[in-house]
Amino acid sequence: MKRVLPGFGLSMGVTLTYLGVIVLLPLVALVLRGAEIGPERFWAILTAPRTLAALQLTLVAGAMATVVNAAYGLLMAWVLVRYDFPGKRVLDALMDIPFALPTAVAGLALSALFSANGWFGALLEPMGIQVVFTIWGVAIAMSFTSIPFVVRTVQPVLEDLDTQYEQAAITLGAHPFTIFRKVIWPVILPSFLVGITLSFARSLGEFGAVVFIAGNLPMKTEIASLLAVIRLEEYDYNGAAAIAMVLLVIALLLLVVSNLLQARALRYKAKP
Amino acid sequence: MKLVLATALSLLAAPVMAQDSILNVSYDIARELFVEINPAFAAKWKADTGRDVSIDQSHAGSSRQARAILEGLPADVVTFNQVTDIDVLAEGGLLADDWREKFPNEASPYYSLPAFLVREGNPKNIDDWDDLTAEGVQVVFPNPKTSGNGRYTYLAAYAWALNTGLDDAGAQDFVKKLFANVPVFDTGGRAATTTFAENGIGDVLVTFEAETAGIAQQYADQGFVRVTPPTSLLAEFPVAVVDEVAEQKGTTEVATAYLDFLYSPEAQEILAKRSFRVHDKAAIEAHEFPEVNLLTVENLLGGWEGVAANHLAEGGILDRVFVNQ
Amino acid sequence: MTARRLLIAAALISTLFLVVVPLAYIFSRAFGQGWAAYQANILHPDTLHAIWLTSVVAVIVLPINIAFGIAAAWLVARFRFWGRGLLVLLIEIPFSVSPIIAGICYLLLYGRQGLLGPLLLENGIQILFAIPGIVLVTMFVTSPFVAREVLPLMEAQGSEQEQAAVTLGASGWQIFRRVTLPNIRWALLYGAVLCAARAVGEFGGVSVVSGSIRGQTNTLPLQVELLFNDLNTVGAFAAASTLTLIALVALAVKTVLDRQR
Repeated sequence: MKRVLPGFGLSMGVTLTYLGVIVLLPLVALVLRGAEIGPERFWAILTAPRTLAALQLTLVAGAMATVVNAAYGLLMAWVLVRYDFPGKRVLDALMDIPFALPTAVAGLALSALFSANGWFGALLEPMGIQVVFTIWGVAIAMSFTSIPFVVRTVQPVLEDLDTQYEQAAITLGAHPFTIFRKVIWPVILPSFLVGITLSFARSLGEFGAVVFIAGNLPMKTEIASLLAVIRLEEYDYNGAAAIAMVLLVIALLLLVVSNLLQARALRYKAKP
Repeated sequence: MKLVLATALSLLAAPVMAQDSILNVSYDIARELFVEINPAFAAKWKADTGRDVSIDQSHAGSSRQARAILEGLPADVVTFNQVTDIDVLAEGGLLADDWREKFPNEASPYYSLPAFLVREGNPKNIDDWDDLTAEGVQVVFPNPKTSGNGRYTYLAAYAWALNTGLDDAGAQDFVKKLFANVPVFDTGGRAATTTFAENGIGDVLVTFEAETAGIAQQYADQGFVRVTPPTSLLAEFPVAVVDEVAEQKGTTEVATAYLDFLYSPEAQEILAKRSFRVHDKAAIEAHEFPEVNLLTVENLLGGWEGVAANHLAEGGILDRVFVNQ
Repeated sequence: MTARRLLIAAALISTLFLVVVPLAYIFSRAFGQGWAAYQANILHPDTLHAIWLTSVVAVIVLPINIAFGIAAAWLVARFRFWGRGLLVLLIEIPFSVSPIIAGICYLLLYGRQGLLGPLLLENGIQILFAIPGIVLVTMFVTSPFVAREVLPLMEAQGSEQEQAAVTLGASGWQIFRRVTLPNIRWALLYGAVLCAARAVGEFGGVSVVSGSIRGQTNTLPLQVELLFNDLNTVGAFAAASTLTLIALVALAVKTVLDRQR
């Protein structure tokens, strides 16, 4: 097919130059550095107890945050699409705050809020619940910074959903929960999964918010990206590069998964 | 494109850098100190040469800073708290190996020692190093891997143990017990202070004597008590001109004058006022310093070379007691 | 009916605790010691310089990213070529890669011991621990924002109008300005707002390459951390409140744009 529209060469040139210089080149630097380490040393770094503990904490706290955000996101998407009530617009706008707010600010606010003299900490401390410097703090910070993902992916699908099937089901006397499960759930599931994947990926990569609230107790509350930075500060470039490589691979995998899910979600939507 | 961008940007930044300008890259808790010293030096430089000088400051854990300089942070001078961190720069070819001979007192204009700061009334009765390893005592100090301050604490505990007659195995056990009592390892001295004073974590903060004085003052309402242990480790604060950077920027003269100034009576008085121990007689007599028996790295730990080889090298004693716990 | 009330109440209460209270807390701490203390902290030269630097970085990054975003969206939405799927993936990489990893990558590339660092430093070009490094890392982190907003819209709109314009003999620039731009302008603005908000707030990646020279290479988010470490909590929250205000303005603009679309 002959290209009718102009600008193919120009846009290709700009895109590739930019991606090459800004995105690819630095990633190549990391991969080259990682390749110098050698498989044995690489494996030793990754299986060191502290690295494993950091990766485990990151994954577990990320999963905790994602579960919270999945439930909260579904609730918010549903409420924002299906109900009308005063203050709905404001509530809708509030959903984007965690994206607009710098993560360091979020971290500062959350850590002070949950510390013994903060508003939340003063309530929780007497009950014997400590959030700051525990995995809960890490999960809360991750959760806050990735709130919008599930809401914003499920919301449009729910908006587009034709209600006539629901109406039909109601007329037939189906239980609301059955309607949700049989009629609504299958349609929103793909986007819901996309949202969860994105939320999880963001949680794993979150740094600014987490470092304020987590403390950095090795083996307990040290996230993987912080460990990479600490290794860097200890002159341990191999250690930093190896951990960074692992996080990069996980991020790329999640990106591929979310793109595949997205393709599926689009196909769902395209069906009449 | 990048080059064009970089050039454009450096032009953009150019007006900010006027006349003589040097960057002092320093350890974490020296910020307030140099905020006071810098204007004093600028006034003296103006009087001596008629030129204006602006001094930029960068503060973080001193090993982290050394690493940043190796990566290209354009420091004209370093004012660190550990010999090894400047040795690393010498190894990287940024300054001469004999940097310790370029300024008096082995290039260390002032000194201090790891001391304790405890909560009001000293409820856990912490007076000496072995009190830190008692069960149920939470100790806060920065990560010895990234902070010279934290490393002094580690070395002081180790030296203290050796000094009580323990052998190396015993000293390692002692340090291991100490590390087991640490709930949080921050990357710099100031973050550790925040953890202790602001977030209320730990029973005792171990940091330089000068910092304990500063915190006790700043948080007067919390009633912290300063405890100087009867025995501690001499902590030197070595300084050096980063030759390669200074030569390239043509700032060797002002950088050298800046470090010389730290030895002047005026600067020594500022240092002593901030509870750093100094060599200037008048300054030291004008302020009170508790008696303390100072162990040294040279006497007990085989000098800095021995420390680097036995303790700090990869897989060394620090790695074994720190990372694997 | 009760389910409806229950769900709305749950949504309101959870949002109150998750989002509203932290936001309110920032301002409560910033103004906790009165207006004078707040003013003194904001007007401190280092904080003012951080505000200036953060604006400069955003002003440099934004137009470049807009140009890239339009080019990438045009390329992917209007043409079919080998490797197109891979390109889309490439565009989105910075979105899922942790900014910290980006910072480390840049350090390994431009550091004195890195791939290109020695060559550049020999020629007196300072990338790291200076504005160029901060700009580059911010560009990495924010690069997908404009493209991600414009691309789906361009795809959905199809290219009929533009093809018609070609048949009528319009030049490429004319087509872009008269046909494409009016169609995508809201999405473009929307992406630009998101990009600007992210550029202003970037912390992790920038912290690796900044060198935190006071009053020189500290951006506003780094200044928040620095003040926090200086035991100046009011100052930290004052700086944080400035960033929060910027975020709120960005959100307000975004909400207005949402209605335009």
